[in-house]
Amino acid sequence: MPAEKMLRALREAGWATLVVAGLSFPIIAYRAEPDFNNLLALQPRWPLFLQFCAAAFLLRFFLSLWSGGEAKVKPARVWPKLPWLGPLLLAGLTVYPLAVVALLGPQAALKWIDTYGVQILIYVLLGWGLNITVGLAGLLDLGYAAFYAVGAYAYALLAPLTGLGFWALLPVCGLLAAFWGFCIGFPILRLRGDYLAIVTLAFAEIVRIVLINWDVVTHGEAGLFGFPGLNFFGLPFIPGPRGFAAHFGLPFQGVQKQIFLYYLVLVLALLANLVSLRLRRLPLGRAWEALREDEIACRALGLDTRNIKLTAFALGAFFAGIAGCLFALRQGFVSPSAFTFSESALILAIVVLGGGGSQLGVAVAAVFLVGASELLRELTFLKSVFGPDFDPAQYRMLLVGLAMVAMMNFRPRGLVSTRAPTVRLSNPSSGPSDHLLPQGEKGVAS
Amino acid sequence: MTALLSISGVTAFYGAVQALRGVDLEVGKGEIVALIGSNGAGKSTLMMSIFGNPRVRDGKILFDGQDITHMPTHEIARLSIAQSPEGRRIFARMTVFENLQMGAAVAQNVGFDDNLEKVFAIFPRLKERQKQRGGTLSGGEQQMLAIARALMSNPKLLLLDEPSLGLAPLVCKQIFETVKRLNEQEGLSVFLVEQDAHHALKLAHRAYVLVNGAVTMSGRGADLLRDPKVRAAYLEGGAH
Ligand SMILES: Nc1ncnc2c1ncn2[C@@H]1O[C@H](COP(=O)(O)OP(=O)(O)OP(=O)(O)O)[C@@H](O)[C@H]1O
Ligand SMILES: [Mg+2]
Repeated sequence: MPAEKMLRALREAGWATLVVAGLSFPIIAYRAEPDFNNLLALQPRWPLFLQFCAAAFLLRFFLSLWSGGEAKVKPARVWPKLPWLGPLLLAGLTVYPLAVVALLGPQAALKWIDTYGVQILIYVLLGWGLNITVGLAGLLDLGYAAFYAVGAYAYALLAPLTGLGFWALLPVCGLLAAFWGFCIGFPILRLRGDYLAIVTLAFAEIVRIVLINWDVVTHGEAGLFGFPGLNFFGLPFIPGPRGFAAHFGLPFQGVQKQIFLYYLVLVLALLANLVSLRLRRLPLGRAWEALREDEIACRALGLDTRNIKLTAFALGAFFAGIAGCLFALRQGFVSPSAFTFSESALILAIVVLGGGGSQLGVAVAAVFLVGASELLRELTFLKSVFGPDFDPAQYRMLLVGLAMVAMMNFRPRGLVSTRAPTVRLSNPSSGPSDHLLPQGEKGVAS
Repeated sequence: MTALLSISGVTAFYGAVQALRGVDLEVGKGEIVALIGSNGAGKSTLMMSIFGNPRVRDGKILFDGQDITHMPTHEIARLSIAQSPEGRRIFARMTVFENLQMGAAVAQNVGFDDNLEKVFAIFPRLKERQKQRGGTLSGGEQQMLAIARALMSNPKLLLLDEPSLGLAPLVCKQIFETVKRLNEQEGLSVFLVEQDAHHALKLAHRAYVLVNGAVTMSGRGADLLRDPKVRAAYLEGGAH
């Protein structure tokens, strides 16, 4: 019945338009601009507002027409097991920097290794860390960037002070962050859900504000720089006779440092993954999951929920501390502006998008969210479409939003919505229960 | 008979609402004790307060002579008291097997394989479903899982809150028979809260009737079964 369908599409489009109008009225219909007296004056932008509403209307209208407007129940899809996926990914990640250098030359490769390699891997590491707290133990932490900051500042402060190299400081950064995870963990043990989230959020703000205001130590907004950087087992990455390149008889290239950092982060990330996966098969990891499911039942089964929560918090924070140290090494500069709430939100988005609990999903989400928003910066040709003022990098949050909406629509349980059973039985025969698993239960190894 | 669990003068509150008004109750070693009462009488509250949730306000709870009134919940569980709580509280997103493992956690996995075999013998259905997630089990299967999980820890005392809830009569009968067998063969003490007063009283050595947070009657199960007041309040209409 096309007429009926049309009518429903119209109705849905009408509602969508109303919602968009309500949302965009305060931010789009008027713009506050300073006038010549430097007072804020409202400038109406009604045409733009109407454009937004029209776009919403048309979009929803055609979407409704096209999709029929009804939720479709998709048949359960059984994912094939992909045993070769892990080794393949690993091989790809291992040759990546060398391949990029070979293809683009050392100068152009710098960006690809640093921004797309090291940076994304740091976020993967962060995602896996937060996944322990949020995905496994179910403790919603909105202030994860605080532990990231602790790690970064720990390195930036301790490296010049103690003269220790990063090999020694790496675990120190992790432990300091874990210690803070422990400290914040204690008072919030009794809290759950929303309250926990709010307190972690507040904690992260406190850390950031302390970093801004404790000038003597942290140099405030200006941040810290000039601390010792990366070295290859004592050989600094500098030109000249005492550098890494000279020692191995190679020509000096800036990219060597990046390649080393890349492999360092890769190894640490893989180590973190290994630890996560192992822990999940151990009683502690199972206790985290049980805690997420039902805290009262946990206690009635003799589990000390306090310790379980604390370890989940502390281990998550430990990973963030390591990542913070790597961040400091990568940037050579740390400042409070790198550890704002949006950083916590981004890491949380990675975990949620990854489908809480799945290692592979988190990694894919990190590649997507971080990689894609970096790619946006590259799309300079869009300037020729939207005019020279157009800065595509500003639309990265839009991208995150779109990704979330798309996910809610298409993969409501996360990109890789599987959690490999932590227990594998000796006979993996397909018993009768196999058919009863809901969609996506059997899946890609995670 | 020495008391394994002894509850004396226990009161409990939910905010200002008093749920228990001075309950005295005992479970002897090797005994099956049933607690019956109408909806909202406070049966589940009493059972949970043994685990400290809610904490009792007055009174004392002794287990094996040890005062557990103010002990943290997880430490109480470690004294080999196991519970199949109301509402089952199984771990929905973990597999059946993992749920059973969690049940054994408190016993440090001592005799895990034997216990597993034992509960799978009692509930063959769980063996079939061991890779399935708890939350996708049927209601009755979840009830079986909750009971099986409680049995995994080699308990001395087993607390069952409405084990028959949602189970087919045949399975329900099986569970009662299992309880009886465990009691006779292994000396397991059982404290049973039940709506199905008829079966509960038949099974139990002794029983208590809870009305409005206070025990109004107690005695041998068989005696209560014949008592006209008990019959009128809890059995008639559902008579067998
Ligand atoms: N968490 C709670 N907060 C407030 N009141 C509660 C709470 N739990 C139970 N109650 C109240 O305490 C009283 C006793 O409840 P309880 O669950 O112990 O009853 P019950 O005997 O187990 O009943 P049923 O046979 O229906 O399971 C009821 O009036 C109930 O409303
Ligand atoms: Mg009850």
